[in-house]
Amino acid sequence: MTDQVHSGQEYFEHLIDQDSRVEPRDWMPDAYRKTLVRQVSQHAHSEIIGMQPEANWISRAPSLKRKAILMAKVQDEAGHGLYLYSAAETLGTPRDELNQQLLDGRAKYSSIFNYPARTWADIGAIGWLVDGAAICNQVPLCRASYGPYGRAMVRICKEESFHQRQGWEILYELSHGTEAQHQMAQDAVDRFYGPALQMFGPPDADSPNSQQSMAWKIKRFSNDDLRQRFVDMIVPQAEALGLTLPDPDLAWNEERGHYDYGELDWDEFFAVLKGQGPCNKQRMQRRREAHREGQWVREAAAAYAAKTSRTATSALIGA
Amino acid sequence: MASTESATTQSAGTAITPEDIAARGVKADEDIARYALMLGDDSLILAQRLGHWISRAPELEEDVALGNIALDLLGHARFFLTYAGTAWDRSEDDLAYFRDEEQFRSCRLVEQENGDFGRTIARQLIFSYYQYELYRRLANSSDATLAAIAAKALKEVQYHQDHATQWSLRLGHGTEESARRLQEGFDVLWPYVGELFEDVEPIAALGNRAVAPSSLREDTMGRIVSALEEAGMTVPDAKPAYGSDRTGRFSEQRGYILAEMQVLARQHPGATW
Ligand SMILES: [Fe+2]
Ligand SMILES: [Fe+2]
Repeated sequence: MTDQVHSGQEYFEHLIDQDSRVEPRDWMPDAYRKTLVRQVSQHAHSEIIGMQPEANWISRAPSLKRKAILMAKVQDEAGHGLYLYSAAETLGTPRDELNQQLLDGRAKYSSIFNYPARTWADIGAIGWLVDGAAICNQVPLCRASYGPYGRAMVRICKEESFHQRQGWEILYELSHGTEAQHQMAQDAVDRFYGPALQMFGPPDADSPNSQQSMAWKIKRFSNDDLRQRFVDMIVPQAEALGLTLPDPDLAWNEERGHYDYGELDWDEFFAVLKGQGPCNKQRMQRRREAHREGQWVREAAAAYAAKTSRTATSALIGA
Repeated sequence: MASTESATTQSAGTAITPEDIAARGVKADEDIARYALMLGDDSLILAQRLGHWISRAPELEEDVALGNIALDLLGHARFFLTYAGTAWDRSEDDLAYFRDEEQFRSCRLVEQENGDFGRTIARQLIFSYYQYELYRRLANSSDATLAAIAAKALKEVQYHQDHATQWSLRLGHGTEESARRLQEGFDVLWPYVGELFEDVEPIAALGNRAVAPSSLREDTMGRIVSALEEAGMTVPDAKPAYGSDRTGRFSEQRGYILAEMQVLARQHPGATW
């Protein structure tokens, strides 16, 4: 900390220009704060809702080792939610309020989690493709201009690479297993490929808010740039898995030095986003139920904390 | 409250693994193996039950905490089953996924449904106190492998005990509703407590290689009763449920638990994952 009084817009812009971090006590434009609260809390909600499809398979995991890894992975996601809610709280909105926004349907979470995890191979595909896409998205966020967000992302990214690897390993075993297992793996990749590519959001031309986020150095790359990186990353990985990606237009483009890929089904994307996904209702229902059924527990914990702090205080003052 | 450190990175760093148990090259004899199965099945079934809370807990911190406990128990189960398997050349997965209901040796306490959070905490309190007293003694077993597993598990079970104690105080002295629900939990589970202390087969044959369950009764029950009293609970006045022999002959839940746990593995016998 310096003794200088830094005020307002000028200092904020200076921080952004210098690629320095904005910290909770610094002045920041309202719109910057709002954008961050929305983005960080949506990200937290995605971690929490994203636990559901994978948690469904903890009880049925086909080996004890896989069960342990999956349990640890889903538990990590709860931890990610916690770090991110803490980061969002530094912007002045309490976790309860953010959670309420999710429960009321006022806040969004990543649409990918509105797809079902039907088979064990889906757990592999989610790890490889969904956590893989999350990594592509999140590694640049480690340098996000808002300090607490960037630091939360550093912790999270370390764990995400493990998540992607365990997914890849599940698929590798399946792909090189029996005919039925191989088929299960291919089927899962066929279903998750498109929705995973859509995790980066709509094409740049249809993503009006991205520009401002990039100017604020919250976002470092555009949706399409990130999507391209992801495609370039997974094509050789799919080959190593012995699985195909369900896109006839996928081809190496010598000139661009990147893989070309086909048009994605954006009608489906927007429909799922607006609530028509296969599992939107069920995911929200389960979250609301857990919250409702936990109400009496949280009340008890609060009542007990109030009682014990009173006792501690009266002991202190000798009352 | 549990730490939010990554569970996955934690488990990667722990010292012994089921593979190490297998690699020790020690072959359990049949009696030790049956004893190890009993210990392993308890932990496996409870891990299976607790795992259900992940994504459904009353608050995020509890998703993490109950997940941690389930993960610890699963780890212990893997040690015991791996060790048991050395007697018959079977892997932990052979034993977990390809034994039928009649072959499991779990107690009915861990097989009971989770119920609400109050009942889950009541079961955690009873069972973690029991496991703590058990492992504390088993760490001195003349069977070196069992002693090593118990010593490792003991540290983790100490945390489980702590978690259950803290929550029973919060619920017992929180609100009227929470006290009622916790009491209900103890009332429902109490008939299954006695089974923990039965000297079922093959305990008698094991001497100081095992810990006779009956030898744990006094200390364990004394501590459980004090914990209930501290939480403002009434010690239930319930006689043990008939059939306390871990055979599953009198368990309605075991079949459902195994049906779910084993379904995929049994659809693909011989497959690797
Ligand atoms: Fe995550
Ligand atoms: Fe993840």
